[in-house]
Amino acid sequence: MSGARAPRVAVVVFPGSNCDEDAALAARNVLAADVKMVRHDERALGDPDLVILPGGFSYGDYLRSGAMARFSPVMESVAAFAGQGGAVLGICNGFQILCEAGLLPGAMLRNEGLRFVCRDVFLRVESKRTPFTLAINKGDVLRMPIAHGDGNWTAERRVYEELIARDQVVFRYVKPDGSRGEGGNPNGSLDDVAGICNVKGNIVGLMPHPERAAEELLGGTDGARLFKSFATTRMAMQGA
Amino acid sequence: MTVLVKVMLKPGVLDPQGKAIADALHRLGFTAVSDVRAGKLFRIEVDTDDPKQAKEVGSQMAEKLLSNPVIEDYELLLETAGAPAGVAP
Repeated sequence: MSGARAPRVAVVVFPGSNCDEDAALAARNVLAADVKMVRHDERALGDPDLVILPGGFSYGDYLRSGAMARFSPVMESVAAFAGQGGAVLGICNGFQILCEAGLLPGAMLRNEGLRFVCRDVFLRVESKRTPFTLAINKGDVLRMPIAHGDGNWTAERRVYEELIARDQVVFRYVKPDGSRGEGGNPNGSLDDVAGICNVKGNIVGLMPHPERAAEELLGGTDGARLFKSFATTRMAMQGA
Repeated sequence: MTVLVKVMLKPGVLDPQGKAIADALHRLGFTAVSDVRAGKLFRIEVDTDDPKQAKEVGSQMAEKLLSNPVIEDYELLLETAGAPAGVAP
């Protein structure tokens, strides 16, 4: 195995990002990663194994969440990296940015209840075809916090049908027992979708915050499983 | 020349904001209100006197940044000095 080198993780920092340090901490603690913070106006990602677009309120959420951030110089590098199959994880605002950039399908609407929702939710793993879920069982239920006002993901019917056909729904909101239904979905997203991936599976976006559930001190470790899965996938690919 | 770009959620796309406003209007006694859709209006000054050019640049701005084609439609209106805004042909 040639997995001796610590993974390199680039965390993108936009004006208004506020979970960038949390993401970096999770990458360091869980992945023992060499973390590089990359500003929105930089282009060099530093040859990473993983790029994280963190949560926050980039550009004050002006116009639409993520609408301005997608035109940052750094996003050209992120798109090029993703285009070559590089792993990209968009968390909350990062997910919104990936949708606005067209790197993931669909768009975000205001939460159904119009409220900013900040609480723990339960997610069911729906697909193992991403590096972040490959080492997690399909059907496993993970508890993580959310904190957003615009997480009501939607897509045109035709686009959504393609998404289903290609197994691109990665996480759905569920009740604590893992079943779908009343009380599970905090924002009204289409078909309880909490996270999706692109066709290749290397780009993943989700509204909940795995980095805020990456150690016991934070109240849970379910979020760490996404990062651990990434590490396992990376080792397996290097060993292959 | 002034370009007005009106951005609205597409018909059929749920508008939680519009629904909340409709509910509030009902509470205020405006019982005749049957539906509200909330949108955005951008008033943009463009350095040109050519309506065709203003319309062209307005479309580009609307498509690239001001609207998200997945969930929103846009409409352009041109406003010339002294004349009221009219729907761009």
